Amino acid sequence: MFLYFLSAAVRAGTCLLFATLGEIISEKVGHTNLGVEGMMQMGAVIGFIAGFISGNPYVALLCAALAGMAGALIYALLTVTFKANQIVTGLTLSIFGTGFATFFGKNYIGKKIPDAITTFFAPFEFPGLSKIPWIGEVFFNQSGYVYFSYVLVIVVFIYLYKTKWGLHTRMIGENPAAADASGISVDRYKYFNIALSGALSGLGGAFLSLVYISILPVNVVGGRGWIAVALVIFAMWNPLLAMVGAYFFGALDIAGYWLQQYNLPVSIYLFDALPYLATVFVLLFTSMRKTANSKEPAWLGRNYFKEDR
Amino acid sequence: MKRKLGILLLVMVMVVGTLAGCASSGSSEESETVIAGFLYVGPADDGGWSQVHDQGRAKMVEYFGGSVETIVKENVAEEKSEVISSIRDMVDQGATIIFGTSYGFMEGMAEAAEEFPDVKFEHCSGYMTADNMATYFGKIEEPRYLSGIVAGMTTRTNKIAYVAAMPIPEVIRGINAFALGVKSVNPNAQVMVSWTNTWYDPTAEKAAAEALIQQGCDVTAQHQDSTATMEAAKEAGIYSVGYDLSAAETMPEVYLTAPLWDFSGYYIDRVQAVIDGTWETGQYWGNMNDGIVYLDDMTSLVSGAAVSSVETAEAAIKSGSLVIFAGEIKDQTGTVRVQTGSAMTDEALLSMDWFVDNVVGTLE
Repeated sequence: MFLYFLSAAVRAGTCLLFATLGEIISEKVGHTNLGVEGMMQMGAVIGFIAGFISGNPYVALLCAALAGMAGALIYALLTVTFKANQIVTGLTLSIFGTGFATFFGKNYIGKKIPDAITTFFAPFEFPGLSKIPWIGEVFFNQSGYVYFSYVLVIVVFIYLYKTKWGLHTRMIGENPAAADASGISVDRYKYFNIALSGALSGLGGAFLSLVYISILPVNVVGGRGWIAVALVIFAMWNPLLAMVGAYFFGALDIAGYWLQQYNLPVSIYLFDALPYLATVFVLLFTSMRKTANSKEPAWLGRNYFKEDR
Repeated sequence: MKRKLGILLLVMVMVVGTLAGCASSGSSEESETVIAGFLYVGPADDGGWSQVHDQGRAKMVEYFGGSVETIVKENVAEEKSEVISSIRDMVDQGATIIFGTSYGFMEGMAEAAEEFPDVKFEHCSGYMTADNMATYFGKIEEPRYLSGIVAGMTTRTNKIAYVAAMPIPEVIRGINAFALGVKSVNPNAQVMVSWTNTWYDPTAEKAAAEALIQQGCDVTAQHQDSTATMEAAKEAGIYSVGYDLSAAETMPEVYLTAPLWDFSGYYIDRVQAVIDGTWETGQYWGNMNDGIVYLDDMTSLVSGAAVSSVETAEAAIKSGSLVIFAGEIKDQTGTVRVQTGSAMTDEALLSMDWFVDNVVGTLE
């Protein structure tokens, strides 16, 4: 049963993993995007509607990614081209995305995703790997969507740390003027990475509406976007650590339901607060031990004005 | 330029004023029309609580045929200021009776009732009343008891999952009634409760249901407004008792039955009272005899033996020979809460804060 709890924690953490990976990419290029919640909402609702109408999982995924990307492009236009304040723009995007989702989702609230999609995303034993004791049951008896997230962790890691584009991206986050001087097109990189991060957030939101519950509720994301923003710091901007963080918070998210039957002398309300309490401790802890590798990108949150160079 | 704008504005105000005048003189010709306002906490088609009320509203409108109009405000937050401003809007539009369908609307409605003494207020599930503010609710625990009989006779593992919203007397009473129903046919079965602390959040509901199912439950029940619990039951291949709305058509693989509401009768009576000028305040707490609460038709997944047990118990409750909360009832610690030969008072029921002995779960 404990193994099943862990495998449920992986499922609960998967939407966080997508969004955290996205936000890492955005912050690596120097942009704090607090609009994660909004982009997830847009991806969740548009992905659901596309899946509901088409009955095709690929169309649903594509539309979810495009919806998240559309939100991110609004943010990019405002912060990269018009140099608007990143924090305020991000907050606005979160509010906008939630309203967008409520408006477009209104006629689909309470509807169930077609069986074709549910079957497509149903958990299956991953050939070979599911036979590994413990690990197999926890990680390799999951939906294809979850396997997709494992692959993405590796892809994002390679992209950021092993490719030329990743190097340029990180350089812009550390010192955009130097990147600019060395001939890197700063704005183009920023647009690309922010759009990519939006697509990942959109996919994270769609995991909730397509796989995790497969019914569309009001406010499906319910604050998970904010946890993803904090998880970036927890993960110290590292995609591999993001995986650990996402599953840890996934576990905290559902722990309450599993512990209630044991009559522990603890209030059930405390369980509900656990993810947020943990966030506070994580932020405290990470701010106490700053090393060269765990630091945020030097230019994070500041817009780059070419004229000031 | 400014002057031109000013003139334009003036003309517009006059045109609107004339139109409004027309409209009001139009409606005064048919002064028979009663306008009823409805406040919902969610969307009218939420698949749960608000939809139940909206169905009651629609039946009421149909009953009166054109002589009653309704104004609906969806997604009203449970905040005093929003409740009051929504009510002001409705009164402006001519509403003379307003139904607030969520517990959290209570204080806002009480204040609005003072502000508009000529408007009648009807609040569902609360306790505050005034000369122009009444409350209404139903004894959903009666059909819940019956659904407990179904669950108790369906379970093989003797563990029944109950996904519940908030540890407040209304929900606790429902769980206890359900558990007593289970106990009446299956003394070995336990009802395992998991709290979500939300009325409507499918993610939380599904996670809670999954946790209980993994602990061996093979039937689920719920006091939640979404179908997520049934969804979890379907994935696990077990059975489910619903709530709010029938899922016989949407979840045929798992759905056994559900305790349901029908507010149309009450809405018709109260609007009729406004039309007749006989409306009076009060605290209505209807039961199965009134039809405000009932058990949905049992599906083919329910055994014949369970169907006949439910029918016997239903007849006994309706005739008054079976009282659900009559002794002897013990709580989780084994303490006798209700003595043999006595029954709980309405007051005690309304403040219930303990579980009967076959419930597993915490109230802390």
